[in-house]
Amino acid sequence: MTSRRNFLKTTSLTTFGFALGVSSFAKDATLKKITPAIVSLEINPFIIIDTAGNITLVNPRPDMGQGSTQAVPSLLAEELEVSLEKVKIVQSDGKGKYGDQTSGGSSSVRALWQPIRKAGAAAREMLTQTAAKRWNVSTTECFAQDGKIVHRGSGKSLTYGELADDASKLEIPKNPKLKEAKDFKIIGKYNKRLDVPERVTGKAVYGLDVDVPGMVYASVLHSPMLHGKIASIDDTETKKIAGVLQVVRTERPMPHRKSEAVAVIATNWWAALKGKKALKVQWDNGDYEKTLSTQKYFDATYEAARKEGINYEEKGDFSAKYASAKQKTEANYETPFLSHAPIEPENAVVHVKDDGTVEIWAPVQGPDWALRDVCGYLKVKPEQVKINVTLLGGAFGRKAYHDFLLEACHLSKELKKPVKVTWTREDDITQGPYRPGMLSHMQGFVENGKITGFHHHAIGESIAGQVFNGLKDDEADPWLTGEISPENSKYNFATASKVSWTNVKTDIPVVWWRSVYASNFGWGQECFIDELAHLTGKDPLEARLAILSDERFRKVLETLAEKANWKEKLPEGQGKGLAVFRSFDSISAACVTVSRQANGVKIDKVVSVIDCGYYVNPDNVKAQTEGNIVMGLTAAIKDGITFTNGVCDQTNFHQFNLMRINEAPKMEIHIIDSGANPGGVGEPGLPPIAPALGNAIFAATGKRIRKLPFDITNLS
Amino acid sequence: MAVYNLTVNNKKVKVDVEPDMPLLWVIRDFVGLKGTKFGCGMAMCGACTVHLNSQPIRSCQTPISVVAKNAKITTIEGIGDSQLHAVQQAWIDEQVPQCGYCQSGQIMSAVALLKTTPNPTDEDIDAAMSGNLCRCGTYDRIRKAIHKASDSIKSSAGVGGGK
Repeated sequence: MTSRRNFLKTTSLTTFGFALGVSSFAKDATLKKITPAIVSLEINPFIIIDTAGNITLVNPRPDMGQGSTQAVPSLLAEELEVSLEKVKIVQSDGKGKYGDQTSGGSSSVRALWQPIRKAGAAAREMLTQTAAKRWNVSTTECFAQDGKIVHRGSGKSLTYGELADDASKLEIPKNPKLKEAKDFKIIGKYNKRLDVPERVTGKAVYGLDVDVPGMVYASVLHSPMLHGKIASIDDTETKKIAGVLQVVRTERPMPHRKSEAVAVIATNWWAALKGKKALKVQWDNGDYEKTLSTQKYFDATYEAARKEGINYEEKGDFSAKYASAKQKTEANYETPFLSHAPIEPENAVVHVKDDGTVEIWAPVQGPDWALRDVCGYLKVKPEQVKINVTLLGGAFGRKAYHDFLLEACHLSKELKKPVKVTWTREDDITQGPYRPGMLSHMQGFVENGKITGFHHHAIGESIAGQVFNGLKDDEADPWLTGEISPENSKYNFATASKVSWTNVKTDIPVVWWRSVYASNFGWGQECFIDELAHLTGKDPLEARLAILSDERFRKVLETLAEKANWKEKLPEGQGKGLAVFRSFDSISAACVTVSRQANGVKIDKVVSVIDCGYYVNPDNVKAQTEGNIVMGLTAAIKDGITFTNGVCDQTNFHQFNLMRINEAPKMEIHIIDSGANPGGVGEPGLPPIAPALGNAIFAATGKRIRKLPFDITNLS
Repeated sequence: MAVYNLTVNNKKVKVDVEPDMPLLWVIRDFVGLKGTKFGCGMAMCGACTVHLNSQPIRSCQTPISVVAKNAKITTIEGIGDSQLHAVQQAWIDEQVPQCGYCQSGQIMSAVALLKTTPNPTDEDIDAAMSGNLCRCGTYDRIRKAIHKASDSIKSSAGVGGGK
């Protein structure tokens, strides 16, 4: 790994050079110059150009496969007029000076689009001024090209390295001129990701691959009913296993509560795992056997669907209009709890040292959040903690929840040595946290062949409430109610609309999962729009366009219709369905084609269209959307997570099946060049997938599916 | 504990481990090659795929004691010799990996497939690769990359290209 220590050594001890910091990620981010003396104090060293011309960027977005290690440096390279290969990347370590550092909410390009480009443009202008002064010419006669400032008339040039020291003495321009989109050489163009080679040769270093000297391995026995208390531990058999060093009581710290646990410490992880399997622990499970039940949870959501929720917004007195409407319908749409199941299980190496400092090596989505949680948990100050973020072998939201990291903190503090905690797949699947299962109670009506009334009652557990204890009992959860409001969907329901919410609580831990609630509520919204479209007697595309005036939405749908050949007449037994959903500032629509086959259907093809505004690499937008198609279909037709009698019914991939290559359909992705501000890319492709499939199945078979997941081979 | 003499990527190594330790953990924690990954521990995900005498196996379910003395073990670090294997190059050309964690296993399965089936159809690929999960969803690109690698192996072997 490129260690942060080496990076600081070269940057702070080389006392010449040029460094620019970005004080915040706000659009009007102010730039701040860091003189070499201050660099050694580590204030905002974001971008550093040294006297040898090396360009270093401290990347504030860990890479979990979404391509941030290309997207972020591209923004800088574009404005600095250098090739992507010239920018060396160092992962940020969570310290506050780097601002927000969490890969989540599809935020990398959205948040960094302005500030990183602005820093690059400012540096370019300062280097240009320096060269112009040296040549005694006007800056207008000079331009930046491939790491040099060139004088137009004479063709002479100076490298950034030759200019860096003097440039660093200049005032930073407050409003450097950003390049115009038409002049982009990197942004918006196909470029290979430079970190792909290390990912095909086994050289990439993930959390699981970290070894540090003196390290011991831990496998943690978690409470099968998640929150049970330890009644007794018999470790006789465990201690007979070669390599087992000790057995310790420990804990699993979740944001909202802690659970008791037992850790087996060994000289290697296989021994620790064998030791864990040999433990005989009695648990006092209280009444979790009765209460931890997804069936009971969903029963409560269906009960809530029969009652009024808390209104987030209501326009045009929906309830009265619905009561008197002549053409109306209502339905419940259910989505399951889901495990993120990144193929790299949760793991962390932590060393709580004798001097009170802490060093961490872990695959975390946000070193800033990890730092906050570690400081809060170990009662240490940020300056005592050093976080080395590794590559993440998938995350999808899971690795921004730090129970596994804090387990390693607890054990290292106790054992006074570096400890590597590695979860098993069974830990990952049976312990959560999960995407919450949710219910959408939908009501709507149609007047004069148009969908004019719509109510989405969102029901279930609140992530904000459970994870952050941040929701009042009389408050509609703004995380999701905003997302399903007509303000977000842009549907114009002329007569009345309503968004409401009921919080059904559960002790099952929940957290954000790729696209968060959009992954739940896209299902209810877009399948129900399809139901109402059929009530209008119109084609589902036409019925949508009739209530959409937003140009970007219309363009997305019209492009989808064209690319997916929506209007073609299909043979009997084949059907197409579509759905559109806006999330993370991007609009994505999908069209799924299915064919009847025995008692079920086969997915023939998925076409997806995304308008994500400006984007960095079209190939990566496609890759992310391909991933969203697979994950969206998996969520629809493979396994959900269920709890019966207090325990998770699924334990590994034989019960929590994921889509495999033989089940993955043909897919086609189209990107709209809208020129809008950048939207998200990592998540917005997912929400329309399941409803497009459900609507296709209705078109092909006449069967309306309202509960996920379902068995696509047997719809009877 | 028992001593095992192994040949990993054409190098002889000696390890002293418990006989029931899966080959995966021997390779990772005793031989020190970290490219082979742990994903499920029950041969359901394929992240741990290595070659034993050119056959793809799930190393998480293969105790070291059943690995024959003269067996040749090949891992992701050993398929390329001095340069990238055609499959690795195709993976780069098609920009297959996202997080990349499962890709060592995917590539090991693909290399084995092309040895026995140099000209695979999509169906051959689906059959050979369905034991390897990818949560990032790179399946469409894996298919394309395998076709590409197939073409490149054939053309470099001088047996003509084309599918």
